[in-house]
Amino acid sequence: MIAVIDYHKGNLRSVERGLADAGAAVTVTDDADALARADALVLPGVGAFGDAMETMDELGLSAAVKGAMAAGKPFLGICLGMHLLFEAGVESATGQPVAGLGLIPGTVERLPREDAAGMRCKIPHVGWNTVEGDLVDPLFEGLEPGSHFYFTHSYRAPESATTIARTTHSIAFPCAVRFGERAYGVQFHPEKSSETGMRLLRNFVRIARS
Amino acid sequence: MLAKRVIPCMDVKDGRVVKGVNFVDLRDAGDPIELAQRYDEERADEVIFLDITATSDDRATTVELASRAAEELRLPYCVGGGFRTVASMRTMIAAGADKVSVNSAAVADPALITRAAQAFGSQAVVCAIDAKQVAGDANKWEVYVAGGRKATGIDAVQWAEEAARRGAGEILLTSMDRDGSRDGFDCALTRAVARAVDIPVIASGGVGSIEHFAEGIIEGEADAVLAASVFHFGELSIRQVKEYLRSQGIPVRL
Repeated sequence: MIAVIDYHKGNLRSVERGLADAGAAVTVTDDADALARADALVLPGVGAFGDAMETMDELGLSAAVKGAMAAGKPFLGICLGMHLLFEAGVESATGQPVAGLGLIPGTVERLPREDAAGMRCKIPHVGWNTVEGDLVDPLFEGLEPGSHFYFTHSYRAPESATTIARTTHSIAFPCAVRFGERAYGVQFHPEKSSETGMRLLRNFVRIARS
Repeated sequence: MLAKRVIPCMDVKDGRVVKGVNFVDLRDAGDPIELAQRYDEERADEVIFLDITATSDDRATTVELASRAAEELRLPYCVGGGFRTVASMRTMIAAGADKVSVNSAAVADPALITRAAQAFGSQAVVCAIDAKQVAGDANKWEVYVAGGRKATGIDAVQWAEEAARRGAGEILLTSMDRDGSRDGFDCALTRAVARAVDIPVIASGGVGSIEHFAEGIIEGEADAVLAASVFHFGELSIRQVKEYLRSQGIPVRL
């Protein structure tokens, strides 16, 4: 059973349905005990960093995620769900860094509005962008470097040893991380990325079962 | 590299697509979800459902549509039309819409954009602007509301700047002069807005040929191009448009 973590910020139906179509048994839950029982976790991306962490902490979900990671459970964080894995993020009401789950070092920051050549880039970064890297990780099996995924975000994860793919918009930033044997985070939305996204979700479901 | 988007827009009334749809092989051409899935197969980058239901009492069918879309669609979608309050937008987002677009109500109360962006994040808030060229001034456009029936005296470029400043995540810009004309996008208008704001601009209104899509992106500097009837009537397929854009050196997802 894959548990989709509900931190009360939005509709999780497309993530749930995408995983189910990828062959998984799925439950959407805000219950820390249910997360402890689940075989794998998916942390979806809705809302803002500070807000999401507050709810996660209140519901005991932050501790449950850390517990599951310590136990080596398969994990997929999507968009904000990837950002929350880092030590801190600046997406808060005050703009000051707020603590994240701290599973990966570094602070999530705003995407710069200009690239290195001083060219202006539209923020939010909305639309289909290419995923760059060798994509040899099993998460990307069957997907070519340069595959398009759907992005919608204004903040980006920092570089770390966990980066397995990057995307460029104003700067090159990590769009996929692997921080454990079967633990991943992705900046894009596989559940909104048509066939390509379904392929990635099927890969994750397979990895989660292995 | 970020691809330029091609977006089909569907006018929806009481949960059904209005304006004839000419795909012979659809089981139910009036079903917005089935049509959207067809566009997904053709590589549409997202879809917009524009609720043209006259009264808010009939909104329930559109909320139902949004939740069916969350269930059935594998691509992002925006719902627009008639939002007056953050609460009504919240209902649509809770039903699963990735984005909502606001138009007249935001002109009447610009703080609606601020409140919506705070509630849902900028990425979920699209400001739709209907603009018409001011007679005698080729570089000035006026904002119209109430489905293009009512002039406001507001400058379209300035309004786009304000909407962006208030937290809108995208501008959906329709030229009233070109809408339905098949003469192509108003590239001067699109470019003026695209250069004035730091958020993506979706060009809308006027597509009659495949070349118009490239013009909107190259001359209009649009981040995305929207069309309705050329797709619905099967004159052009989205794949055909994207192959053409690629041949013109424009990055697209195929």
